[in-house]
Amino acid sequence: MTEITSLSLSNLVNKVKKKELSSVEITKSFVERSEKSKKLNAYITDNFENALNKAKQFDENPNLDLKLPGIPIAVKDLFCTKDVKTTAGSKMLNNFIPPYESTVTQNMWNEGAILLGKLNCDEFAMGSSNETSFFGNVQNPIDENLVPGGSSGGSASALAARLTPVTIGTDTGGSIRQPASFTGTVGLKPTYGSCSRYGIVAFASSLDQAGPMSQNVEDCALLHEIISSYDSKDSTSVDFKRNEYSKELNKDIKGKKIGIPKEYRVDGMPDEIEDLWKKGVEYIKDCGAEIIDISLPHTNYALPTYYIVAPAEASSNLARYDGVKYGFRAEGKNLIDMYEKTRSEGFGSEVQRRIMIGTYVLSSGYYDAYYLKAQKVRNLIKSDFDEAYKKVDAILTPSTPSSAFKIGEKTNDPISMYLNDIFTVPVNLAGLPGISIPAGHDKKGYPLGLQLIGKAFDEQNLLNIAYAMEEKIGFENKISDWWMK
Amino acid sequence: MSNTNSQYLIDRGDNQYEVVIGLEVHAQVTSNSKLFSSSPTKFGSEPNTQVSLVDAAFPGMLPVINKFCVQQAIKTGIGLNAKINKRSVFDRKNYFYADLPQGYQISQFKDPIVGEGKVILDMPDGQKEVGIERLHLEQDAGKSIHDLDPQNTFVDLNRSGVALMEIVSKPDLRSPDEVSAYIKKLRSIMRYLGTCDGNMQEGSLRADVNVSVRPIKSKEYGTRCEIKNVNSIKFMQMAIEYEANRQVDLIEEGKSIDQETRLFDTKKNETRSMRSKEDAHDYRYFPDPDYYL
Amino acid sequence: MSIDLKTIKHISKLSRISVDEERADKLAKDLSSIFEFIEKLNELKTDNVEPLTSVAETTLKLRSDEIKSDNIRDQIIKNSPDSNEDYFVVPKVIE
Repeated sequence: MTEITSLSLSNLVNKVKKKELSSVEITKSFVERSEKSKKLNAYITDNFENALNKAKQFDENPNLDLKLPGIPIAVKDLFCTKDVKTTAGSKMLNNFIPPYESTVTQNMWNEGAILLGKLNCDEFAMGSSNETSFFGNVQNPIDENLVPGGSSGGSASALAARLTPVTIGTDTGGSIRQPASFTGTVGLKPTYGSCSRYGIVAFASSLDQAGPMSQNVEDCALLHEIISSYDSKDSTSVDFKRNEYSKELNKDIKGKKIGIPKEYRVDGMPDEIEDLWKKGVEYIKDCGAEIIDISLPHTNYALPTYYIVAPAEASSNLARYDGVKYGFRAEGKNLIDMYEKTRSEGFGSEVQRRIMIGTYVLSSGYYDAYYLKAQKVRNLIKSDFDEAYKKVDAILTPSTPSSAFKIGEKTNDPISMYLNDIFTVPVNLAGLPGISIPAGHDKKGYPLGLQLIGKAFDEQNLLNIAYAMEEKIGFENKISDWWMK
Repeated sequence: MSNTNSQYLIDRGDNQYEVVIGLEVHAQVTSNSKLFSSSPTKFGSEPNTQVSLVDAAFPGMLPVINKFCVQQAIKTGIGLNAKINKRSVFDRKNYFYADLPQGYQISQFKDPIVGEGKVILDMPDGQKEVGIERLHLEQDAGKSIHDLDPQNTFVDLNRSGVALMEIVSKPDLRSPDEVSAYIKKLRSIMRYLGTCDGNMQEGSLRADVNVSVRPIKSKEYGTRCEIKNVNSIKFMQMAIEYEANRQVDLIEEGKSIDQETRLFDTKKNETRSMRSKEDAHDYRYFPDPDYYL
Repeated sequence: MSIDLKTIKHISKLSRISVDEERADKLAKDLSSIFEFIEKLNELKTDNVEPLTSVAETTLKLRSDEIKSDNIRDQIIKNSPDSNEDYFVVPKVIE
């Protein structure tokens, strides 16, 4: 009998509805596997005892009409979970217990899901390797001493190692898609405004978006339809008619037009990535869809634009962490001294670096040259996509410029770390949906992902194309459970 | 010190100086709930009992704008014969203070909701027109209480997030009497419209007073000083008298006037310089990305 | 563009994060290389381009003027590192 933890979400849900599995059985399996996997350091806070109690309660009175009946799910520690410590991967919030729940997680609990625990992430979602967390590095289950990607590194790691059947992360510049690519899993960043930001520790308000991370596209669609909702508590939440993404999932993409942007072929791009992309083109053709060459002329300016806009917004969003109302406070001789010590001790070095960049680009004399300029370039980048979407339905690119790298390999060079996001960042700047699906392996046997970018609010189409490709790719993640030995 | 034309002037021997005054009036909007949260705005409640998670800037909390407050601002703008801007932007004004939980104030910088307007004052010697530069909406801050404990400051966030209208006048006022008439006129307009109760004792109406002086008949403006947060007409008048004379004395001594922010000390009846920050406040205004226009 | 120590000290004051000499040096170096990377934007002419105001095509939803919050003082204050029953407590600002 297949191990419970190897089953997909859809499979588990099915079995619960058919009364073939109980919530306690499922929860116990994931708890046991998680407890044997401490070496991965994917969890910051476990909620195992509570989860088992909730599972028992569920089984005593099961509501089988729910979409996630009694299913245990661990989530990125950026989502505020009521009465459960929420740290954002930072010393600043190491003792913070929110008296409220984020809308996205509440949507899941409303459908019967149970909180398994809070997953490790880069501090305040700033990072691409989960090496900036106050709670230590996370191991990629693919191989020892490999980064899982970031900032949703703990989520991707736990997912790939099957410590949770699905999870949710957040994506500001690639923080769902890049770790998905590095761990051989599926990650969707929805259209900006699709999922509520209420209760998510804010990094960059105009870029942040929560999204599902899963083993396959079907699970992704199911989770997405649950977490995507209009929320009046978030003024950037958009009220549009949302599909039943999983029910309407369709492999037939004949006649769809998929764009290949020439500017994504960057200088020095490794052959393996180029080959994977070419293979992707073949898969698309196999599905009966059409390949169209397109141009996104301002692609090369996306990364510098992002590294102005995101830090600027972050510098303002993180000003509330001042030791007054909650969180860490250092002793100070007076108010300013207290602020300076609190923030210098409470924040890690990457966060401090980004706050400083953000403060500088907004400061007097520099605002026009940097922030205003970046917002103009952002408009150009978005217009590129608008133009392209007159000719195509979706766009295919690689997810990342390489497979997972070794822990410590890029920590000394911020720019080389930032280049990880080169393919993902334009999507956030334009507010579009993007999904990464595992599409192959590199010479070392490490997974590589392909990214599909969709039109705004067109997640159904995007998921359908991903679904069709997934079947053709037939990807298998080779996880050996090395950390349990 | 006025001459027979009832013009308010400051004499020093043969030299006569005119006083130029501009006011930034902060008027609390009459509304049930705050500008960006649903907390009550009632005055005088127990500390921190009218504070929501949004007001206290908890992680993940987001502002949601109160439609009625926007309508109140527009109504006031109409009462000021002012241009109502169809497009306006909320900006973040970034600075750190204990009674500013977000570490920024949501305000309006380049694109306020109300543009230029005017107000007519009935003075003893005829009508006087005072220009309005703009009116914008912004959040009020909480209260810092310094005198309950020798080592510490206590913070009450009840007022944090209450909607304020900031009404900026053009530098058209020339005397303490005109200032009094102006404030009273604004207050009566807003009371009539029901947009602000004008209760200065409760802090519903307060003003930053900008004062400069110049030799009579000069067309250029002198350096101005800003006297912050004056909450009664009487104090405004006293502050203006003191400050104008202080500036004139400096000029007469051949000294220059530093552009600075000052406070009116109500016990000594004089203005004094606020602790000067090394750099003038750099508020790093940028459009607030937590909502669309 | 080179970011010097003086600028680091200025930014650190504005952002209320204290940095010692050693860290200030490293920050100056890191920020200089990051800004060199960012300057790439100067290659683009954007005089006639509007800054992006919002990513989604939607209008702002406004809230009605209803009071919804209860008195949650206990919840709000209990998270504070230093408080008494009624107030948040912070060290004095030096006047």
